[in-house]
Amino acid sequence: MNLSMKGISKSFGTVRVLDNVDFTIAGGEIHALVGENGAGKSTLMKILSGAHTADSGSILIDGEPIAIHSTREAEAHGIAIIHQELNMIPQLSVMDNLFLGREPNVLGVIRRGRMHAEARVLLGRVGAAQVDPDREAHTLSIGLQQLVEIAKALSLNARVLIMDEPTASLTEREIATLFTIMRELKARGVAIVYVSHRMEELFSICDKVSVLRDGHFIGEREVAQTNFNEIVQLMVGRELKERFPKRAAALGAVRLKVEDLADDGHISGINFEVRAGEVLGISGLIGAGRSRILNTLFGVNRQMSGTVSLDGKPLSVRRPIDAIAAGIGYVTEDRKGQGLVADWSVRENTTLVHLDKYSRFGIVNRKAEDAGVKELMEELHVRARDAELEVKSLSGGNEQKVVFAKWLVSPPKVLLLDEPTRGVDVGGKAEIYQIINNLAAAGTAIVMVSSELPEVLAMSDRILVMCEGRQTAIFDAKAATQEALMTAATRGVRAA
Amino acid sequence: MTAQHKATLQRLGPFLALVAVCIALAVMSPDFLTVGNAFDVMRQVSINAVIAFGMTLSILLGGIDLSVGSILAVSSVLAARTMTGGHDAVFATGVAILAGAAMGSLNGVVIAKGKVAPFIATLGMMTLLRGLALVLANGSPISGFSSDFFAMLGGGYLERLVPVPVVLMLATFAVFWFVLSRTVFGRHVYATGGNVEAAKLSGVNTDRVQILVYTICGAMAALAGVILTSRLDSAQPTAGAGYELDAITAVVLGGTSLAGGRGWIFGTLVGALLIGVLNNGLNLMGVSAFYQQVVKGSVILLAVLLDRGGKT
Repeated sequence: MNLSMKGISKSFGTVRVLDNVDFTIAGGEIHALVGENGAGKSTLMKILSGAHTADSGSILIDGEPIAIHSTREAEAHGIAIIHQELNMIPQLSVMDNLFLGREPNVLGVIRRGRMHAEARVLLGRVGAAQVDPDREAHTLSIGLQQLVEIAKALSLNARVLIMDEPTASLTEREIATLFTIMRELKARGVAIVYVSHRMEELFSICDKVSVLRDGHFIGEREVAQTNFNEIVQLMVGRELKERFPKRAAALGAVRLKVEDLADDGHISGINFEVRAGEVLGISGLIGAGRSRILNTLFGVNRQMSGTVSLDGKPLSVRRPIDAIAAGIGYVTEDRKGQGLVADWSVRENTTLVHLDKYSRFGIVNRKAEDAGVKELMEELHVRARDAELEVKSLSGGNEQKVVFAKWLVSPPKVLLLDEPTRGVDVGGKAEIYQIINNLAAAGTAIVMVSSELPEVLAMSDRILVMCEGRQTAIFDAKAATQEALMTAATRGVRAA
Repeated sequence: MTAQHKATLQRLGPFLALVAVCIALAVMSPDFLTVGNAFDVMRQVSINAVIAFGMTLSILLGGIDLSVGSILAVSSVLAARTMTGGHDAVFATGVAILAGAAMGSLNGVVIAKGKVAPFIATLGMMTLLRGLALVLANGSPISGFSSDFFAMLGGGYLERLVPVPVVLMLATFAVFWFVLSRTVFGRHVYATGGNVEAAKLSGVNTDRVQILVYTICGAMAALAGVILTSRLDSAQPTAGAGYELDAITAVVLGGTSLAGGRGWIFGTLVGALLIGVLNNGLNLMGVSAFYQQVVKGSVILLAVLLDRGGKT
């Protein structure tokens, strides 16, 4: 099987998002599609999977032109997509989700027994045999949900499987499982289009890579014959000087000291201190309690025990308001759900936390607000036409910069970061690393949870590793390796 | 046309609809476009508008307040009893509005602290307070207030031209407009309605915002109750039944999203006026009361459909 897209163009309004793009993939091939946010990857894949229709261009399977105007037509041709934002209906069971829209039935009555049995087979095929088909989808981890989505694609007998950022929310171990399944699919002749921001993965799993930039097809390479620098250069159109900008580490006094921190049973025995100007990385598998530490420190979890002190003074945080008043900021993992008001403008989001800085007697001074926002947008390189633009229209990297801006209106003493570069492209990542470094240089103590090992190793001064709610190690980042982190993260975990 | 122009146009949609209906009625009925009739219409909508301003806040939060009609009745009966008990009318008015605020804050506490869905919480309060109004009034209307001040609130005129309820409506509108667009509290109302989780994590005291909003909602219902009582010169324990739906209609017609976070107070004023103008125009043209309902319902559906159409 050989699928090719030829001369695909697509415009939204006056904006041309794809311009004469070619893309070819063969059965038994894992083909990475890379590019910065806004390069047109998602649009191209939405055209292939029937969510959008191209303005011009053609799609051919084995040389025969095919028409794709809807998801159903795409599925009929054996093309299935797994979206980055999973399309599960949370209240429905796993098997209801698996067979949604094509439930085995007799005269409209669902054959639950058959559905159950088929669901078991499908889940087994993706290494998720332990999942009960009757479980409600929302009770599954994101990693397991991803596997269920893959099982669904398999049940469609997909010949072409599009995976959009499948590993964004997965732990290293879940990623390994996913890769095993991808290799099996490949051996069975399935063509896999793999959209990802993570370069390491591309080199470990893909055969070919196609690069898009600003809606143009830039080139295709054999993975074996290219390297990281070349791909990044193709993506950004210039040479990226440093992936992780350097920081002159000048550590000050201890800012945040945490002793014997615990919550209501998810984490316990957490001890660490962070100095002014220091970045403490927190590594571990998903569900190990990393975000719990941040949530507890910030007062999101009401239950907490242990002692926390800030600049030597004991700190009592019962609600986020207390943490903010003490000078703690929190960039959450879930940008859309917890970080931003999506319908709001850049300005309104930026000033939400410290609106008092721009107001007197409860009345907002718009001039001061506008000026403050403008200054921050320039400082953080937020690329938006103006501050009144809705944040949801921005790229992931710029959205994340707005979240940082929220906390920088009044520079925080401590900044908690949870997956600060999730869904951010290579160029944007470097900019966010620079923001983190600048903050540290200005004396902020930073606690950063990250699932990306290269990121946590390069950005941190020290790294705390979590495993099943307990801290298993604190490394000096200079001496730590990915292997050492993984060993500490899986210490005491039974082999899966 | 850029997306921004389109958004602005859509925001002005209800206003343009109001202008269009006014022009149509002016052509069809010569009595419509007179100063006297214009103030008549505004006086008729003032009670609904005042309630709807408060309702706008609760809907901006993604909530709703079904108890406004009952709060209106309780406040009205309280004002009447205070006056018939020999107290001053200004004092009675204050009692009514404070009582409305208190009932509203109870809604807010149940919703914010008790984590009860606004629909359910205020549905319960609606029934409870209706009962309370009947108990306080002994089941029958109370009348006989001998206060010029009180009579003026619902029936007076400013400069012999502008009805006092219209003045009250426009004054509260101005306050709401200022609070929503210029104050920290206003910003926090939008933030809580737009994304309660993000607002909380940004240090917005979302519980306090909710309680305050329902308190204001209650106070506005009470103010409407005072106007109504003055106008009728009588407090009826059954007054205000169904008013919550009129207020919700005005808010939704004005373009405020029932999902919360999106909307503006100007829209609500326009929505209330649109309903009033339709009522008035249909009356002037002698359309039967039965058909009036059909027309009004169609207009509401059409307006909401057009609003949806712009969003896809």
